[in-house]
Amino acid sequence: MNKILLMILQRFGLGLLTLFVVSIIIFVGVEFLPGDIAEALLGQGASPENVAALRHELGLDRPAHTRYIDWWAGVLQGDLGTSLANRRDIAELITFRLSNTLFLALTAAAISVPLALLFGILAALYRNSLYDRSVNVVTLGAVSAPEFLTAYVLILYFSVKLGWFPSLSNIDQDTSFIDKLHQVALPAITLMGVILAYMMRMVRASIINLLASAYIEMAHLKGMPKFRVIVKHALPNAWAPIANIIAISLAYLVVGVVVVEVVFIYPGLGQLMVDSVSNRDIPVVQACSMIFAGTYILLNLTADIVSICTNPRLLHPK
Amino acid sequence: MNDPLLEIRNLQIDGESDEIWHEIIKGIDLHLDRGEVLGLIGESGAGKSTLGLAAMNFCRPGCRIREGSIRFDDQELTEQSELTLRKLRGVRIAYVAQSAAASFNPAHQLIDQFSEIPVVHGVKSRREAEKDAKDLYGRVLLPDPDGIGYRYPHQVSGGQLQRAMTAMALSCRPDLIIFDEPTTALDVTTQIEVLTTIRDIVREFNTAAIYISHDLAVVAQMADRIMVLRYGELVEEATTREMMSSPKMEYTKSLWAVRSFKKEAETVASAMSPVVKVDNVTAGYGSEDILKEVSFEIHRGQTVAIVGESGSGKSTAARVITGLLPPRLGDIQLNGKILPKSFKARNKEQLRHVQMIYQMADTALNPRQRIRNIIGRPLSFYLGLTGKQKEARIRELLSLIELEPDLYIDRFPDELSGGQKQRVSIARALAAEPEFIICDEVTSALDQLVAEGILRLLDRLQREFNLAYMFITHDLATVKAIADNVVVMLQGKIVEQGSKTEIFSPPHHDYTELLLSSVPEMDPDWLNELIAHREKHGVMSSTSIS
Repeated sequence: MNKILLMILQRFGLGLLTLFVVSIIIFVGVEFLPGDIAEALLGQGASPENVAALRHELGLDRPAHTRYIDWWAGVLQGDLGTSLANRRDIAELITFRLSNTLFLALTAAAISVPLALLFGILAALYRNSLYDRSVNVVTLGAVSAPEFLTAYVLILYFSVKLGWFPSLSNIDQDTSFIDKLHQVALPAITLMGVILAYMMRMVRASIINLLASAYIEMAHLKGMPKFRVIVKHALPNAWAPIANIIAISLAYLVVGVVVVEVVFIYPGLGQLMVDSVSNRDIPVVQACSMIFAGTYILLNLTADIVSICTNPRLLHPK
Repeated sequence: MNDPLLEIRNLQIDGESDEIWHEIIKGIDLHLDRGEVLGLIGESGAGKSTLGLAAMNFCRPGCRIREGSIRFDDQELTEQSELTLRKLRGVRIAYVAQSAAASFNPAHQLIDQFSEIPVVHGVKSRREAEKDAKDLYGRVLLPDPDGIGYRYPHQVSGGQLQRAMTAMALSCRPDLIIFDEPTTALDVTTQIEVLTTIRDIVREFNTAAIYISHDLAVVAQMADRIMVLRYGELVEEATTREMMSSPKMEYTKSLWAVRSFKKEAETVASAMSPVVKVDNVTAGYGSEDILKEVSFEIHRGQTVAIVGESGSGKSTAARVITGLLPPRLGDIQLNGKILPKSFKARNKEQLRHVQMIYQMADTALNPRQRIRNIIGRPLSFYLGLTGKQKEARIRELLSLIELEPDLYIDRFPDELSGGQKQRVSIARALAAEPEFIICDEVTSALDQLVAEGILRLLDRLQREFNLAYMFITHDLATVKAIADNVVVMLQGKIVEQGSKTEIFSPPHHDYTELLLSSVPEMDPDWLNELIAHREKHGVMSSTSIS
């Protein structure tokens, strides 16, 4: 057991290191962008004196490395700083946005993960059947259509023509849970179209891969029913690859929702980050990207832990 | 009761490759009485396993039964529903697979996989099944029969797994068990133990069995009657004794005569300095030592065979010599000069003189490269050959390994047979013009006739180029055929070394004796006599010696 704990701690440490490296890359990356927030705020007509004054006021005239170190000092004390664009506290700014993004992602995941597992397992079981081929065609079609197209088609039919769902996902702090679900229905379905095909195909592939192994043939030769072969013999060995597939899909859901958020004018984190990059609002960009990177790392860490904990060789050492 | 238990008539099975169906079983008749053991013998691709599985009316993916009848206990299996067949499998017909390590589910305890059969089929309750499992584990002579079932497959050795699988096959007391090469993946010493177990169990429960193997000597111990298969057709069928004493068909005779190749042992003057000297080497992974204070020498034109069971450190010795695994202590010398421990620190000249040929030519050759590139790479890397010179040399090497250059030079490895791939591996090693080649189990994945061709080729090349070979093998027949000197290893140590004649003539070291006596012989009474002999003189096993 200690060995497993050690492995998990090791992974965790590596995750923190990755986070640190990401923060440097983002900071340096934004530094290299032409222009800064002073120019962005004051517009093209501003005089150099005004720009310099604003820079001084915002502390942008200090060297980059001191600003970076200051930023870290703040983060370690739980202070993400204030937005340069509107002077609001970043933690406050982000909390609402992040909860919205997570709500959208989790809704999409809650529908698509079970569906992907079910479709994938069935497709593996009835390989090359009519069912397998039609599920493949439909999900591949969904993933091939660009997100904005899917989004606009959904809006056209379900909100403009049928009027079932709103075309803009307008939510604020006071929106009730049921209302929220109603509001995010269309963006969630759009996202589902993107990840369902990917997850389903990976589940199908990893189960098919397992079904070719000798112990599965043995289970058939022992006269085990088909369903039992899948659930008892294939699935316990499939958790590691499946956990990886789900983790990557979830990470995509959190990080890759920008387009969908823009189309539905959904107040999420992705939209905030896009705005902040064009404003050169470094502290906000930094905070957003740390959250995105953290999500990725955390989800991959979870997948790692799942594969460690479902590996009989590690669980039951000699 | 006089009806046969199993009767197969005119069975034809097709297999698919590249979307073309072709026959793998071409109209075979087979019958088996209750309690009888039938041996199926043939080289790989002869259709033995396909035929064995067909007795359960089971086809692997990509196969289909085209025609024929399979009657089991007066039921026509080809006409039964999937449900009826499923209820037959595991209960009345059971299967023991070649690799128990791969055929046990890694995620479940052994006893779970045992109990599942009687419980799912409604033959026994879970508790009865577990009790029966412990009883059977004891009968197949597994250590700690009450506790071993609660282990996971990776916690149990290969020989024990094979026995646990035999016990599992017996869980519903079937009328017929199909043994598909159950001992092929095991060491000779373990093989004997498993063979004895299987034979006793089959007799005790009066179970009929189909015993599939490519090893004639093994089948001779197990079967009452033998069928020889080739290319999906029956070559010859007779009782075991009749078949052993007077085989009728040419092909059967050639199988019997396979181990005829034998080279004369070279005696090397001790004054000559060795090409390779392994000097007091200790090496291993992590904190564990796999090799312990190992020393031996290999001279020009000489073959040294390293013999031992799996885990004895044979392949680790090869890794140390090639520099893949730097030793903890000791040195490797090439022509009297100490080689850097890691291959990274060796220069091209030092690398060139130590070449390697692997067991699995399939994985040792890059599947995306043509033969021209596979052989050409060492030519340009070590010798700097280019253009016409290189092309000419590739052709010369192909002729050396007896492959027609025009026919093979532009092929991919996939387009070659197993034996041809191994020949290409030899050419690749030879291309570097080395003084020393390590052959790691190079013939163990090949059929006997093909393997013999490879051994003859290696021998010819040795004489032609005065090469030194280190020949790693667990197969003593191969050692007898090709070795000059023999090094016997057990658990990382050398138990005995000397010339072939010394090692193979008494008095032997205890372990060498055990190894030698464990090699199956073509005599149907061999196993009986051996067991009787060992019981009389106290049972020996490799663990009791170490």
